[in-house]
Amino acid sequence: MEQNRNNILSVKNLEVKFKVRDRVLTAIRNVSLDFEEGKVVAIVGESGSGKSVFTKTFTGMLEINGEVSNGEIWFEGKNLLENKTDEEWMQIRGKKIATVFQDPMTSLNPVRTIGYQISEVIIKHQGKSKAEAKAEAIELMERVGIYNAEQRYDEYPFMYSGGMRQRIVIAIALACHPKILICDEPTTALDVTIQAQIIHLIKDLAKEYGFTTIYITHDLGVVANVADRVAVMYAGQIVEFGEVEEIFYDPRHPYTWGLLSSLPQLGEKGNELFAITGTPPSLFEEIKGDAFAPRSEYAMRIDFEEEPPMFKVTDTHYAKTWLLDPRAPKVEKPKVIQNLHEKMLALTAKGGIYGEH
Amino acid sequence: MSTNNEKEVLLSVRHLEVTFYNNKKRFRAVKNANFDIYKGETFALVGESGSGKTTIGRSIIRLNHTSDGEILYKGKKINGKLSKAEQRDVIRNIQMIFQDPAASLNERATIDYCVSEGLYNFHLYENEEDRERKVDDVLNAVGLLPEHKSRYPHEFSGGQRQRIGIARAMVMEPEFIIADEPISALDVSIRAQVLNLMNKFKKERGLTYMFIAHDLSVVRYFSDRIAVIHKGRIVEIAPTDELFNYPLHPYTLSLLQAVPMPDPQIEKAKELVIYDESKRDLSGEKPILQEIRPGHFVFANDREMAEYREKLKEMIAFKKEHPTND
Repeated sequence: MEQNRNNILSVKNLEVKFKVRDRVLTAIRNVSLDFEEGKVVAIVGESGSGKSVFTKTFTGMLEINGEVSNGEIWFEGKNLLENKTDEEWMQIRGKKIATVFQDPMTSLNPVRTIGYQISEVIIKHQGKSKAEAKAEAIELMERVGIYNAEQRYDEYPFMYSGGMRQRIVIAIALACHPKILICDEPTTALDVTIQAQIIHLIKDLAKEYGFTTIYITHDLGVVANVADRVAVMYAGQIVEFGEVEEIFYDPRHPYTWGLLSSLPQLGEKGNELFAITGTPPSLFEEIKGDAFAPRSEYAMRIDFEEEPPMFKVTDTHYAKTWLLDPRAPKVEKPKVIQNLHEKMLALTAKGGIYGEH
Repeated sequence: MSTNNEKEVLLSVRHLEVTFYNNKKRFRAVKNANFDIYKGETFALVGESGSGKTTIGRSIIRLNHTSDGEILYKGKKINGKLSKAEQRDVIRNIQMIFQDPAASLNERATIDYCVSEGLYNFHLYENEEDRERKVDDVLNAVGLLPEHKSRYPHEFSGGQRQRIGIARAMVMEPEFIIADEPISALDVSIRAQVLNLMNKFKKERGLTYMFIAHDLSVVRYFSDRIAVIHKGRIVEIAPTDELFNYPLHPYTLSLLQAVPMPDPQIEKAKELVIYDESKRDLSGEKPILQEIRPGHFVFANDREMAEYREKLKEMIAFKKEHPTND
């Protein structure tokens, strides 16, 4: 993909391997991706596609049996993978690149007060005094939407609801004014109404604090809401990357087609929902050709023999499928996702719900 | 759809109250719930966590005590005190599929045992051969292989485990299944498979489902009627299309609003609506669940009913003007 001077983070030819018992699993297979400053990138894919592993490499948080076996991650003029010690990583992790995880209960310490956990970070990273840290923590709590922040400062995580806890995790992440905020399924464990609020909050804060957001999610509805750009991951690779409208209205990779087609919103009662058949390939074995080919009804002979390159669709849109080769037969995307916007509009405009009342 | 008179009522919930006690604190998890489920339909119960939707499901299969009201199954009361034989009958005919397939399977038992457990408990097999045949059949029906029988739950993926959960329920040949968020813990691509599987069983075996969910987008495709529950109170019940076309209660609206649509243009234009009960005008007499259109019930008092009737008129007029949207 093309070079851009506004890139805040640049990943080149990344490969990540895990040792599981005596076998080696390749979780990330030669991935390159640029993150432009201020643009929200959403990474979509099913579990096991490597989306979390991919972003964990930015902060050196791979599990102990995992290692980056190849590639570079450029951030602020430095290849992060040259970091060896934990001290070096501490300059990045949390401080410059912070992560909000899925389950707020496991990211908070149950035996420490909420206030302690926020001020701890401020004291450690900004070198402020206890009193200053407390004042700033309360301000942050208010900023993420906690009422009576001063009273709730001394409460424990169990006294907070799931949504409130996630707000605290976000407050902690923001305490160091990070340049990049990685949100790893931040709303998957939450109710839809709370999810809408948290997403909204992250968007507001991104504007206010000027951080770049990387969203990891499997919910295409969330993607449509938050993302400027979308990277679709499958079996440890990015198979399609583009502006959010390009991915939803003009998808090119059969896997992206499959993901969109299986949306329950597109299901018609009485008819079967489209389902992607089969399972993702085992990453223990070497994958030949297009990893999605065995599950794809559009697979051609070459898909089983040779790995497709990233074809360019537009300056911002790339897809890794042989269907884009000039020699390939012309294939249209499945009927069910043609006119997606019209179909969704029809669902929402009915009776004027979704915002018109 | 709207006239339910000829339909056979399978399950009837009348004035159901479920109260939990914590020391001396009393918590009313379900407040005066009333609804019927007809034979052969899929009835969805939608609400946030803590709304009491799972509590209702659990009360039906007698996992929770009810403090007041009645649950009638085929006209027979199934809550409160029952004889041993009656209890067994309920447990056998009403099966539940749980949200987290990893937590609902015994991790130390083989799939063979997990699936047969109900058969053992109720002696629903003539001999060992018959039991094996039943297990093989049901595993086959959910898309698993007989050789999977000797494996343990942790050896399966989330989608496969949920299919084992379904097999475990189906092997009992139930008439009524309560599915408590059966696809929430699953990947997008697998959700469609599980929904299709549940629909297949419904068609083949004439099952009735109660589908508990927090996400209206799934429910739209899957269910015939929807009840929306908020803080233990059912605020709206309507046939699916009716509810999506003419949502009346503000909480239903905020739920519909909150579901993100897979369409960037719509999503980017959307405004956030937060339902705040304390900011509503709650004056007037106590609201009750009232029928506003055939089959469409909303929790309201007379003043609110008048408002909703007005709104309904507007919505119907809007639809007439925009027929292409249908």
